[in-house]
Amino acid sequence: MGMPISHIMTSGMSGIRAAGDLVARMELAKGMRIGEAKDYVAKKLDVTTDDLSDEYVMRELREELGIGVITSVAGAPKGIAAKMNIEKLLDLKINSCEKFRGQLK
Amino acid sequence: MATEYKLRMGDGKRIFMTKEQIVADLKEGMADAADLGSIPDLSEDELDKLVDIITMPSRMVGVEQGKEVPVTHDIGTIRIDGDQGNSGVGIPSSRLVGAMMHERAFGADTMELGHIDYSYKPAKPVIAQEMQTMEICQQNMIVPMLYGAMPNMGLYYTPDGPFENPGDLMKAFKIEEARQSMEHSAEHLTRDIVWIMQRMMASGSDGVNFDTVGAAGDGDMYASLHAIEALRKQFPDIYIEAGMAGELMLGMHGELEYDGTTLAGLWPHEQAPLVAKAGANVFGPVCNTNTSKSAAWNLGRAVTFIKAAVKASPIPCHVNMGMGVGGIPMLETPTIDAVSRASKAMVEIAGVDGI
Repeated sequence: MGMPISHIMTSGMSGIRAAGDLVARMELAKGMRIGEAKDYVAKKLDVTTDDLSDEYVMRELREELGIGVITSVAGAPKGIAAKMNIEKLLDLKINSCEKFRGQLK
Repeated sequence: MATEYKLRMGDGKRIFMTKEQIVADLKEGMADAADLGSIPDLSEDELDKLVDIITMPSRMVGVEQGKEVPVTHDIGTIRIDGDQGNSGVGIPSSRLVGAMMHERAFGADTMELGHIDYSYKPAKPVIAQEMQTMEICQQNMIVPMLYGAMPNMGLYYTPDGPFENPGDLMKAFKIEEARQSMEHSAEHLTRDIVWIMQRMMASGSDGVNFDTVGAAGDGDMYASLHAIEALRKQFPDIYIEAGMAGELMLGMHGELEYDGTTLAGLWPHEQAPLVAKAGANVFGPVCNTNTSKSAAWNLGRAVTFIKAAVKASPIPCHVNMGMGVGGIPMLETPTIDAVSRASKAMVEIAGVDGI
């Protein structure tokens, strides 16, 4: 357990504490290199690339955009709902959201 | 008396070295990688930076602000409830709870779901359970979530699988029969991976993590590349991460090719373009740790290999940095001083896109 947490603390982007999940998603979805992925997400969020790892900037912005926050906020979008907002924000389709929509009558 | 710095051996044991000794080991490790892979040395500036990172007095170091990278995972949730064999800490919990702990307690950028036996083949009999768990995880998770497993072609050989063990055949000098056994196993492995991922994609998975590609040699990589190719064709938007088992592709078969390239004997910078060609989004290069050498030697070697792979790769590289790879000491509980230094060096010198 200590090793992955050491990597997260040393080099990681802090996931939904900041914008690590969004940058990772662009690398995984589009094969973007790190610089391109950061530029893409920063442009969509209207922040600088340094802000993507800044919890101070991202905490409020994530709640405002409804894309999930690290603390449990009652009534705020979580799980699929947050990912549906991420789809719109990053202009891509997410498989679990597609499957969820496909199950609605 | 010269100042001595605290370092680690490749097995994690504390050692003390002077700056001159550190520089000598860094250069020796670098030269080993450059010679084996026919790749460039690090520059003097890069070597100086490595010395700085290794000799920083802090217990833990970190990348410069603004240089952070996403972290992907193998094993994933099984770290929480799994046993020692999976590096697990044995906390009774569901895999969903493990995934959510990584996302919301640890700040993980991505996560993956894996079967406790963590190979594709043993996931087949319990596929409905895997599908159900993926559905529940996807409903609750926000970070990208992959299905991860090892191709592990060894499971297709006797006594575990249907095909005669190539090791036994080779001992009897039945080389052609051994090769045929590997080819048959590879066909079955490709088929199984695709079958499992068809079902995981139907359950909302973001994609797949091929963990330890090539563990059973070039046949294992051959099967994995063909599975990647088939999955990309069937699911154009699937996220595919392919991480290697070792730095050198072992030629157990020796003659298998992908896209006209012989797989046996490939180094990380030669593996990357093939993995990209097959259709992966992220490549995980490996450099093995030598337990008899110092952290300086191992890090000099690992950064040299991985820097060349990052340069040659058309897709993002998430370097493998678990126990015994990427300059990390080979022990169950790698020390934070060694992990953080190797992590920083890979980001700032090798230029990796993630870990």
